Amino acid sequence: MHRYIIKRLLFLIPTVLGVTLIIFIVMNVTPGNPGRMILGPNATAAEVEAMNEELGYNDPILVRWFNYLKDIVTKGSFGQSYSTKRDVLEELWPRFLVTLRLAILVLTLSVCIGVPLGILSAVKQNSLMDTIPTMIAFFLAAVPSFVVGIVLMYIFALKLGWFHSYGLKSVSDYVLPVVSATICELSAYLRFTKSSMLEAIRQDYVRTARAKGVAERTVIWKHALKNALLPVVTSIGMRFGCLLAGMVTTEQLFSIPGVGSLIVESISMKDEPMIIGCAVMVSICFTLLMIGVDLIYAFIDPRIRAKYSKGG
Amino acid sequence: MAKNSTRPVVATLDGEDINFKRPSQTKEILRRLRKNKGAMIGLFLLICIVLVVIFADFIAPYEAGVVQVAENKLAPMSPEHPLGCDSYGRDVLSRLVHGARNSLLVAVAASISSCLFGCTLGAIAGYFGGKIDMLIMRALDIFMSIPDLLFTMVVVAALSSSIPVLIIAMTLAYFTNYVRLVRSGVLNLVDQEYVEAARAGGSSSARIIISHIIPNTLGIILVNVTLNVSSLVIYQSTLSFIGLSLPAPAPEWGSMLSSARVDMMRAPLLVVFPALAIVLTAFSVNLLGDGLRDAMDPRLKN
Repeated sequence: MHRYIIKRLLFLIPTVLGVTLIIFIVMNVTPGNPGRMILGPNATAAEVEAMNEELGYNDPILVRWFNYLKDIVTKGSFGQSYSTKRDVLEELWPRFLVTLRLAILVLTLSVCIGVPLGILSAVKQNSLMDTIPTMIAFFLAAVPSFVVGIVLMYIFALKLGWFHSYGLKSVSDYVLPVVSATICELSAYLRFTKSSMLEAIRQDYVRTARAKGVAERTVIWKHALKNALLPVVTSIGMRFGCLLAGMVTTEQLFSIPGVGSLIVESISMKDEPMIIGCAVMVSICFTLLMIGVDLIYAFIDPRIRAKYSKGG
Repeated sequence: MAKNSTRPVVATLDGEDINFKRPSQTKEILRRLRKNKGAMIGLFLLICIVLVVIFADFIAPYEAGVVQVAENKLAPMSPEHPLGCDSYGRDVLSRLVHGARNSLLVAVAASISSCLFGCTLGAIAGYFGGKIDMLIMRALDIFMSIPDLLFTMVVVAALSSSIPVLIIAMTLAYFTNYVRLVRSGVLNLVDQEYVEAARAGGSSSARIIISHIIPNTLGIILVNVTLNVSSLVIYQSTLSFIGLSLPAPAPEWGSMLSSARVDMMRAPLLVVFPALAIVLTAFSVNLLGDGLRDAMDPRLKN
């Protein structure tokens, strides 16, 4: 058990190294010119060159990557933004928290509604409890969350005037962004839970349990559900990570200062340290999440526990 | 001699699996697909959309939907402009029709190229196993630690947006699934007797992968390619909505939506049309893909 946890935690190191390297390589496919970005169009070529040299931009990519990691570890610094001249982390962190807060709200709501609905529609297969949610979820699979967001915005913010259509100043401002992102997320959980549950119900051990005369309720809640929820736990980790990046449309639509809209702004300003900082931040968060899920797995799945407890 | 002796072995043992070189299987799948009403509706809608894409220049009266006429700003529906004009005085119908071209072209191309790329990697990893497998899978694990949309944004930021860049970025976001799919398929098949027989008969690794292993995972791959087209249409409209797809005047559904929301109070229909286009396209592809999955393997039907 401990071995498994240690193994997973150790994997964090190559992952963070790899992720930053990939982002670094991609960002350097086309050579940028940060000196020009910082000093503006009026600086002379010599000044720009001196600035590039000072930033270490002329070093080979592996050296720059190494220096970048060194700064993170020793100074806790993700570099300095080209456009605002402020520390990347200082700018990024509050916006990251906004996105995190939204994403956690969306995740909680969609798991709490989507997973039970999925179980219900699998258990009551082919009844109205199944067909109606399934049809709605199937339709919603084709609807991007920003379309839902625009429709809700039009009805509830512009026509009825119940909510603000932009910003996050009061609690009620959370309603529209969270609901619009939840609707699409929820239907994904419904579909996934349903197919996982149906898969479990068809397994031999469920048939055996039924044949032995175990009460239907016990069969469903104990035998099938426990197994069906394992893949759902994995997908929660995956989807939450994608949600962190995916909130970008909601943030753009409702003018919310989150990390997604920060990336979009930075891309339009070619603010390289900021783009890399955001990407590394979200990716590390995603990795930590996946490791967390793996560890939860180790606790709830006896097969993994058994595999690793033999060796101690 | 070697070749002759392998053929019958392959043919008999292979017979149990999906439609490889067995017209009766294919016919059976098509029959099941034809009986599926949803899939047929999806197919019909899709054919309509593809026709629109092909004949965009005939349907859309105002060339490529980029012509701006100041006095047509937010013009309502009229015989000249069946769906009205946007805030730049551009004909909405023309933009929708030409937007279909951009959206579908990129989505289909990215779906196919991600499949080819992912399948190749997966087949290599599964077939050779050992160090190569470990290297590919570990690299993939690391790669997958970057959320898709984030990585796509980084690629677009680095290379600035154009159709080839979009296709590459979206390929990189979608290939990972195929690697796992094909790899596990290969791992299950490598030990099968007919593969062993083919190897004993002197077939090369490449030949075994292409003619024995890939066809056996073809069904599920085909379903994935179809369903991915729909999620890629949504994915691209997302990119376009946040302003990271093709540069400004190019007509795209996502950017049409994004710019129309400014005038939503005065012209709500401007939002409705591109939204409908995205939803309808993705929905019809989903219908077809789901029908295809059920037809390929009726056991999977829930």
